[in-house]
Amino acid sequence: MDVDITLKADGREHRIAVDPRTTLLDALRERLGIYGPKKGCDHGQCGACTILLDGKRALSCLALAVAHDGAEIITAEGLAASGELHPMQRSFIEHDAFQCGYCTPGQIVSAVGMVEEAGAGWPSYVTRDVSAAHIPLTDEEIRERMSGNLCRCGAYANIVPAIRGAAGGRPR
Amino acid sequence: MKPFRYDRAGDVSRAVATLARERGGVFLAGGTNLVDLMKLGVMEPDVLVDVRRLTSAEIEDLPDGGLRIGAAVTNSELAADARIRSRYPVLSQALLSGASGQLRNLATTGGNLLQRTRCVYFYDTTTPCNKREPGTGCSALEGWNKDHAILGASGHCVATHPSDMAVAMTALEAVVRIQGPGGERAIPITELYRLPGQDPHRDTTLENAELVTAVDLPALGFSSNSRYRKVRERASYAFALVSVAAALQVHEGVVGDARIALGGVAHRPWRAGKAEDFLRGKAAGEESFRAAAEIELAGAAPLRDNAYKVPLARNIMTRTLLELSGQR
Repeated sequence: MDVDITLKADGREHRIAVDPRTTLLDALRERLGIYGPKKGCDHGQCGACTILLDGKRALSCLALAVAHDGAEIITAEGLAASGELHPMQRSFIEHDAFQCGYCTPGQIVSAVGMVEEAGAGWPSYVTRDVSAAHIPLTDEEIRERMSGNLCRCGAYANIVPAIRGAAGGRPR
Repeated sequence: MKPFRYDRAGDVSRAVATLARERGGVFLAGGTNLVDLMKLGVMEPDVLVDVRRLTSAEIEDLPDGGLRIGAAVTNSELAADARIRSRYPVLSQALLSGASGQLRNLATTGGNLLQRTRCVYFYDTTTPCNKREPGTGCSALEGWNKDHAILGASGHCVATHPSDMAVAMTALEAVVRIQGPGGERAIPITELYRLPGQDPHRDTTLENAELVTAVDLPALGFSSNSRYRKVRERASYAFALVSVAAALQVHEGVVGDARIALGGVAHRPWRAGKAEDFLRGKAAGEESFRAAAEIELAGAAPLRDNAYKVPLARNIMTRTLLELSGQR
């Protein structure tokens, strides 16, 4: 039996009726025509479907739409809703941080969420002292925090500098 | 995916009552494991009772100096909490070693405890598996078993528990708070999990319709001197081959007390009680730490492909204890 839900996606509110089996990824792509989030593995292993869900990066392929009624979602398209590219998007272009581009919207949305997390002082597994108040966003930290986004073309060598550039860091 | 009815109960009592009434129903929290299992047909519930917004999402101070973690606290929020980072760094590190940033933002404390094994045969519905389909047999016993258990397994199941968080909570002697049709109860985390024995389809001792509502971390004088070490096949975003969670208290070169648990070695997070007992009063050094690890692992029964886990567990236990005693 379909369930009525509301999703605010990239600044626009949508009321839709969904089968409870529908994931947020399928709702965005098949119902709302938002194609930034990609269906890579559909099992939570590749990160291509990453969205900002109520402000936090999350995998839309493992989130049931019914369980996120009322959620606010931002995709790679929504990052540039004003018509201006987001600094992270510009940095990916400047650093040539992609080849085929399939993982790129997920990489960019994940990077935007990750930089926010690091800015809030969240530690990572490579943080030497997890109780430290200030944790610099080194390349090692970027790699660890972005490990949920796979790039089968292997563009990592440019993705790390792109994120570092947008986050205002210097090479280390 | 098999169709199911989605139920958003108004509160915890109604959620429990709904599941007590509906056989074949399960609770849904973050969904990061359950939704995948449903896509694969490994789990086919008739009803999903969504509890994500019903249990507490707060971390509260307890009068004894411990902390109460609401079941809906996400793995990210728990790992980033300043009290956890300073008083229980082993728990913060264990959480941060698991999954990815995107998954940790969805995954909850209660859901992490109750995630299912990642045994490849449990996931492959074309193969026999006693955990998935009781009585069909265990494909891993004679199959590809490099990831499987070396301690506490049975002839019916050699699966391991996949959680990192639960290994740290086991070392910290966490208490799991549960609400069920018969009321509330609280049990040590070591009594939540079970060994496979004859009935590996049961991961835990929870009865039907029982819901984890919170996890209490007791105050432990030396838990700030703790750490989690995880060995895996790549540097990040992979399950443990073997992991260790440990907290150590040393006075003038002598071990006062220790808390140790191993991950990736058994059907449940493995509390290394024998090693802890051995270490109290011993000189804090490599010889004692290695001897303690040997004692804990004396009962290991490796399979064809996973004998490497015995020296690996011994070595990371020794190394982690050396670090915690300031010697590495």
